[in-house]
Amino acid sequence: MNGPLNSLALYGRYVATSLRAQAQYPAATLMLTAGHFAATAIEFLGVFALFNRFGAVGGWSFGEAALFYALVNIMFALADLLTRGFDVFGTDFVRTGNFDRLLLRPRSTVLQLIGHEVRLSRLGRLLQAFAVLVLATHLVPIAWDAASIALALWAVAGGVALFAGILVLQATLAFWTVESLEIVNVLTYGGVQAAQYPLNIYAAWFRRLLTFGVPLACVAYYPVVAILKRPDPLGAPDWLLPLTPLAGFAFLALSFLAWRAGLAHYASTGS
Amino acid sequence: MPQILVEALAKTYRVAERAPGLAGAVRGLVRRRWREVHALAGVSFSLEAGELLAFIGPNGAGKSTTVKILSGILRPTSGRVEVGGLVPWQDRVRHVARIGVVFGQRSQLWWDLPVIDGFDLLADIYRVEATRYRSRRDELVALLRLEPLLDQPVRQLSLGQRMRAEFAASLLHDPAILFLDEPTIGLDAPSKLAVREFVRRLNREQGVTVLLTTHDMHDVEALAERVIVIGQGRLLADGSVESLRASVLSERRLYIDFAAPAPELAIAGVTVRARSGRSLELAFDPSKIPAPSLIAAIATQHAVEDIHVDEPAIEEVITRFYDLHDAGES
Repeated sequence: MNGPLNSLALYGRYVATSLRAQAQYPAATLMLTAGHFAATAIEFLGVFALFNRFGAVGGWSFGEAALFYALVNIMFALADLLTRGFDVFGTDFVRTGNFDRLLLRPRSTVLQLIGHEVRLSRLGRLLQAFAVLVLATHLVPIAWDAASIALALWAVAGGVALFAGILVLQATLAFWTVESLEIVNVLTYGGVQAAQYPLNIYAAWFRRLLTFGVPLACVAYYPVVAILKRPDPLGAPDWLLPLTPLAGFAFLALSFLAWRAGLAHYASTGS
Repeated sequence: MPQILVEALAKTYRVAERAPGLAGAVRGLVRRRWREVHALAGVSFSLEAGELLAFIGPNGAGKSTTVKILSGILRPTSGRVEVGGLVPWQDRVRHVARIGVVFGQRSQLWWDLPVIDGFDLLADIYRVEATRYRSRRDELVALLRLEPLLDQPVRQLSLGQRMRAEFAASLLHDPAILFLDEPTIGLDAPSKLAVREFVRRLNREQGVTVLLTTHDMHDVEALAERVIVIGQGRLLADGSVESLRASVLSERRLYIDFAAPAPELAIAGVTVRARSGRSLELAFDPSKIPAPSLIAAIATQHAVEDIHVDEPAIEEVITRFYDLHDAGES
């Protein structure tokens, strides 16, 4: 067995290994998962409080806003679940020298890093986001059909790619410095916060940043507008909306280009 | 064509210089000053398949840089390296599939997993075919006496047990070359002996080429037919332990226990190194006065209880060698 199939099989092996390792500490894993569920649930209460006070924000009802919230958090939870190796790359791999061990194995470093750990505790955020999705479905109400389900899955895929791209960039920075990488949390956690509200409530410069810089709006706002079958208050044409999640994949591709530059830098400095 | 070929290997790092204190840190942000560090400054050697080579040198001499380049982690500044016909840093994946690496200070196993699970995962990572993997694993488990450890999580192993597991882990894919970076560091005496015995068998019986770096001269004496001494990025010596010894410290040592308090001795070409009660330690040059003549000269004049001849300890030889080459820790 060769090529991508073999890599996929190995990834499955990594996942099983990681789950077994976490199963060694079942109480800790459960508590962490419950903690993530509770923390994100409280966050959602904040969204509820806002809409309860003002009724609607930027022309969106609470139920519609809940759909933004749910999809963004599903994306982030999945990316966070899958890319732990990149998240801890600076502290656990570069600073300790463990990255050398990855280079000594006949596999791509990316495959080894995404296989490093599947963070079960992130299921807490994922479950909470699904609960909000169910809530949104009832409130709006959304009549899910094949087309809108496909669009949601496509948006989630683009979103996972985007958040994974941000984490790859964070890891890439670690090739140059292992200090102050928390700054990247502005993009991940801050990005989740920003993208769980509809884009049209923001100022123009911030909308541009979320569309063309770190294209969170392309994986969350525009596809959700299409799922809700509403015209975009910002005036994006209907045909464009389902295409926007592509931006997430483009972002990930650029992140991997940066990653390759980081690898070359590491090979010449070794630290 | 040798298995490992190294020609004029050089590696220069650029290190940012920073003045101390906050002011220095701020200035460093604005304008960085760089200093060049020549970790390797033109090292050449070659190694045939099946050789066992020890790489020694003080801290900072360039040993780990060399091993990192040979194993494909680092790219040199200049020079030529071929290992089994491949340039390590250009063909990393193909190259590392053929080598095994054991770091004395770093684990390659999974901390929370039973040893056997780590082995299984490595077999997949290295694409070892299932039946070959099983026979290779069983062979290594028997050689390294790992059977009782297989189901234990790695974190529960003692350092000695863990090193045995590390050796197995790095050999599951049957590499032709094994790099050992200080493999006996921190081990107790029996574990050190076990590691040396295993490495020797691996080299002699299975023909695995071994390149070892170490600070433990007993490793060198017990294992290596060939030693390379490196200091300040240069190759200082390349030869057998005996030739190294002969080149810097050819003297022998004579240890004598007398029946009475140790006497004053005045024999040409002999110096007293240590004296305590009834014992003496003498240094002599066997080319000037052969051991039998010296022993006879002493034993005919004094009542001797015990006597033996020895060579200076290898640590002493190496320290003397570094001193001669002004290659102490840099």
